[in-house]
Amino acid sequence: MDPVATPLSETIVTTWRADFPILQRTVYDKPLTYLDNAATTQKPRTVIEVLRHFYSTLNSNVHRGVYYLSEQATEHYEAARRTVQQYLGAPSPKEIVFVRGTTEAINLVAHCMVRTRLREGSEIVLSHMEHHSNIVPWQLAAEQTGARLRVIPITEQGELDLDHYEALLTERTALVAIVHVSNSLGTINPVRELIQKAHERDIPVLVDGAQAIAHLQVNVQELDCDFYAFSGHKVYGPTGIGALYAKRRWLETFPPYQGGGDMIRQVTFERTLYNEIPYKFEAGTPNIAGAVGLKAALEYVQALGLDTIATHERTLLEYATERLQSIPGLRIIGTARQKAAIISFVVDDVHPHDIGTFLDREGVAIRVGHHCTQPVMSFFGVPATSRASFALYNTLEEIDRFVAALQKAVAFFRM
Amino acid sequence: MDELRELYQQIILEHYRNPRNVGELPDATHKAEGNNPLCGDCLEVALRIINDHIVDIRFRGKGCAISQASASVMTTLLKGKTVKEADELFERFHRLVTGIESPSAQPGTLAAFAGIREFPSRVKCATLAWHTLRAALQNVPEVTTTEE
Ligand SMILES: Cc1ncc(COP(=O)(O)O)c(C=O)c1O
Repeated sequence: MDPVATPLSETIVTTWRADFPILQRTVYDKPLTYLDNAATTQKPRTVIEVLRHFYSTLNSNVHRGVYYLSEQATEHYEAARRTVQQYLGAPSPKEIVFVRGTTEAINLVAHCMVRTRLREGSEIVLSHMEHHSNIVPWQLAAEQTGARLRVIPITEQGELDLDHYEALLTERTALVAIVHVSNSLGTINPVRELIQKAHERDIPVLVDGAQAIAHLQVNVQELDCDFYAFSGHKVYGPTGIGALYAKRRWLETFPPYQGGGDMIRQVTFERTLYNEIPYKFEAGTPNIAGAVGLKAALEYVQALGLDTIATHERTLLEYATERLQSIPGLRIIGTARQKAAIISFVVDDVHPHDIGTFLDREGVAIRVGHHCTQPVMSFFGVPATSRASFALYNTLEEIDRFVAALQKAVAFFRM
Repeated sequence: MDELRELYQQIILEHYRNPRNVGELPDATHKAEGNNPLCGDCLEVALRIINDHIVDIRFRGKGCAISQASASVMTTLLKGKTVKEADELFERFHRLVTGIESPSAQPGTLAAFAGIREFPSRVKCATLAWHTLRAALQNVPEVTTTEE
């Protein structure tokens, strides 16, 4: 692919890059080539500034003080909730629960499902390509209730086996929990169809949006999902903040997740009246600054435009896929027709760990390992893969640097 | 590149490409499986111990250059040694890769692993075989490298 023919001009990406202070730094005297965006993304200056600004001028607790500062902090915190609501296309801010991240969001739903829907013989349908955080909470829930996990198989391309999926949906199915974009394969799953099929049988669906949120336009009303979970740090926001979208009727019928301050209306030793949604699910002082930072991150992405970003990322994905194929003995793991900007691969004779160390010394940060998806690794018969994952600020030149470093590593070990 | 050459010394690359004592040990008296949950690597170490002497030792499994070479070198060093000597070598290797002991105090092939101290994220790769060995000697069937 000819870099000149890219749909986005280099200048735009150069301007975007300038928004991310960390991209100026070097590692081992080499420019940082950060290609581990599926693990976490870097933060634009606006997000960093907003955090500084919050702590310098607005810091106080929310929903408590009658004084000016606390009112201001509360306003900012609730404005962040509305930004998340709009970003996800949710009907109401009451359906947005702030959590630590995707993991906590899923655990919240699992906890509430244990108390309301799961019983001996219930089945939870998930897929073979789930992140451990969308497996283990359900295993815990199953242990507590006698429910069982049923697994949608995947194909050699790393796509879901849809026929098999339908066969798994029965009157015993209590929930479908499915990843929107796979973090180890890059596959974009047809969640809308999956949800439709489940809803035909009145089965609720949770979508793990951890990897989708920075790459795809997500609209929870169009998807009609019951739950949507994501982490702020994977969409250019701070760590320690994320959100769970849940349809109102679920939040209203669910018992609380944790007990503490903020989630109550009235407490006596005999009985507690819980606060209204979503506060019922936000016990204790929340990550206020994190929420404000997340708002800035989502606004940043919206200002650039998810479509524009997606176009650029598609260019990166296609270019990297093509360049990687020039390396003899390299196999891409995950060749779905619909893919986000994530490439997992293995190379004959060279272990991912050795590749990772080698690339690191060239300033190239990629992830090596099982990516918290061990079932995917065993499906493809590999203990681990190397993974490059792209973000809006990556360039074709960085991909060249990555591929050059990889060629060097392969030559070194194959000698 | 220099640090990489320090890490991947010729001896290590040579053992990685031509590992010694690989395979199953049918008449093993001691056996354990080691896992490195970080990268999903796993390794089996099997020994035949008679009168406190390691008369045979083999390993099998998949892993990076460091972990495969480390396992291979380990087997060559341990054949013929007593269990007590094996324990001592474990300690020395451990001190070497964590930087507590200088490489000059080590037998040549062990010293080749000194470069790992500059790569903290890789220390576990080097110690996997040794932890698995220790588990086998202690009759623990399975071990996970959760630290260093
Ligand atoms: C698909 C997927 N789900 C869930 C998670 C967990 O996200 P977090 O660690 O932010 O809770 C990740 C992050 O690695 C992920 O990629």
